[in-house]
Amino acid sequence: MSDHHTSSQAGAQSGAVPSSRRRFLKDAAGVAGGAGLLALGAGLYARQASALPATAIRPPGALAEAGFLAACVRCGLCVRDCPYDTLKLARLGDGVATGTPYFEARKIACEMCDDIPCVAACPTGALDHGLKEIGKAKMGLAVLIDQENCLNFLGLRCDVCYRVCPVIDKAITLERIHNPRSDRHAMLLPTVHSEYCTGCGKCEKSCVLPGEAAIKVLPIKLAQGSKAEHYLRGWEEKKAAGESLIGKQVELPVRGLEGKAYGDTRVAPGEGPAAGEGAVPDYKPPSHPGGVDSGWKP
Amino acid sequence: MSAQDTFGEGGRKLPPASVRGAARRGVAARPGREAIAAKGWLRAHKWLLLRRLSQLGILALFLAGPWFGLWIVKGNLSSSLTLGVLPLTDPFLLAQQLAAGHWPYREALLGGGIVLAFYLLFGGRLFCSWVCPVNMVTDAAAWLRRRLGLKGGKVPAGSTRYWLLGFVLVAAAATGSLAWEWVNPVSMLHRALIFGFGLAWGIVGGIFLYDLLVAPRGWCGHLCPQGAFYGLLGRATLLRVSAGRRSACNDCMDCFAVCPEPQVIRPALKGVGQDHPLILDGDCTACGRCIDVCGKDVFRITTRFNRSES
Repeated sequence: MSDHHTSSQAGAQSGAVPSSRRRFLKDAAGVAGGAGLLALGAGLYARQASALPATAIRPPGALAEAGFLAACVRCGLCVRDCPYDTLKLARLGDGVATGTPYFEARKIACEMCDDIPCVAACPTGALDHGLKEIGKAKMGLAVLIDQENCLNFLGLRCDVCYRVCPVIDKAITLERIHNPRSDRHAMLLPTVHSEYCTGCGKCEKSCVLPGEAAIKVLPIKLAQGSKAEHYLRGWEEKKAAGESLIGKQVELPVRGLEGKAYGDTRVAPGEGPAAGEGAVPDYKPPSHPGGVDSGWKP
Repeated sequence: MSAQDTFGEGGRKLPPASVRGAARRGVAARPGREAIAAKGWLRAHKWLLLRRLSQLGILALFLAGPWFGLWIVKGNLSSSLTLGVLPLTDPFLLAQQLAAGHWPYREALLGGGIVLAFYLLFGGRLFCSWVCPVNMVTDAAAWLRRRLGLKGGKVPAGSTRYWLLGFVLVAAAATGSLAWEWVNPVSMLHRALIFGFGLAWGIVGGIFLYDLLVAPRGWCGHLCPQGAFYGLLGRATLLRVSAGRRSACNDCMDCFAVCPEPQVIRPALKGVGQDHPLILDGDCTACGRCIDVCGKDVFRITTRFNRSES
């Protein structure tokens, strides 16, 4: 009886050890799996949400987006030290990584403070303290994105984006070209130069169009193509080398263009063969306007 | 609830009228009645009031700037600057940042070091009970749960938070970003209070409902990886709660009812696996609520070297 009792006890014990171990393993696996799923969910959400909307511009000195998301602790010190309330912290649901700083140029543009207080405030290096001159900031790049509604493209002299640009005549210039519509006026086209544009957004902020601006600051990744490294720009190579890379060309005379530089085939008014002088016997100059204004209809 | 607990020692007031209701709710629906009777309301809420003062005071320091233009503290709990000189940074964020592969500036490292030293010295989970704004949310859920007499629920294992802490760091390393900070309710609530909520209400409400309806003390006591991080810091801290007068314990169970980490009480109070009355478990948040609700003054806050019983 007592023998039977002890043996059954021993049996229960020897059975209990592996079953409790099994239960522990099962529990641990469940816990680890649950926690892993939660973290995986957070990670996936983070990855998806890290696609920054094109209208959200990071503060000056911000590391490239991937590095920025590793460095920014979302404390808001840059936002606090921004004297113009340009910067704000993303709230959950704003489409920007929760708690990270950004601004929307069309709402409040960056005023490009000389002392860059937002960068100085950053404790982690998400905003690079190496940025000492605000003129070297690359928050984004302005792009004149709508050439159909831009008033200057319509032939008017709006020029507002050019006038407000803190880096006027460098970051934005007005390029004069012929207006093919009227055929007698000029168009002065606001033209952005990436070398000088800081992405402050003043141009976008002050674009006079109601609603959306014709000129927009975009993240550089969106605004700029990558440089074709394999394509040598002949004129730059020539300048660097001091002469053409293909050496001196044999220059053959071109009849009628003897007075011009080699390769220059442009014909100024009054140049070229005059009518009736026999160079081209039956040539008659056109008696009606050509080009866009010819009035020709199919 | 044991029979001994419900029909307790002599002179103990039983819950009113309906016996069934009393049994269902248990005495735990309103723990601390005995303490209020013995010590008066104020002394029976001393640590709770001090804690709320600390939590709200810290929040007020952060809000004085944006609300009243009084810039004492800038930033939020993730990283802040006090009076323009004192940097403070959350070491939990620094840990994630290092895992993500970014070496922060001296300011953040110094601020993180100061915070780390403070919690290593005085108790890691002091953060949870004296600073963290989510504590008020989960305390409210726990209070309502007791008052409504909600029992049971599906509680994840207590070790889940440590697993989660590990996965948070792995996720940071794998994505190269502070992945957890997209959803971290702790930093999110504090930031939301200062910088605006957006949809963060949803996450805070979710935690409240989870603690109320699904798992008692589920978030702070079982899931929160930030709490787990501070719990690890608190393994060898100075300040500890001691059940110094455990001989006076009358087994009313009120301390177990209010404790956010009830498993830490038993070894000290009942001498299970240890002979001294100190609560040395890193999970103890040193909130002092057990001191409040004990009518027999069993508990006190002391140092980890004070193993005396009186």
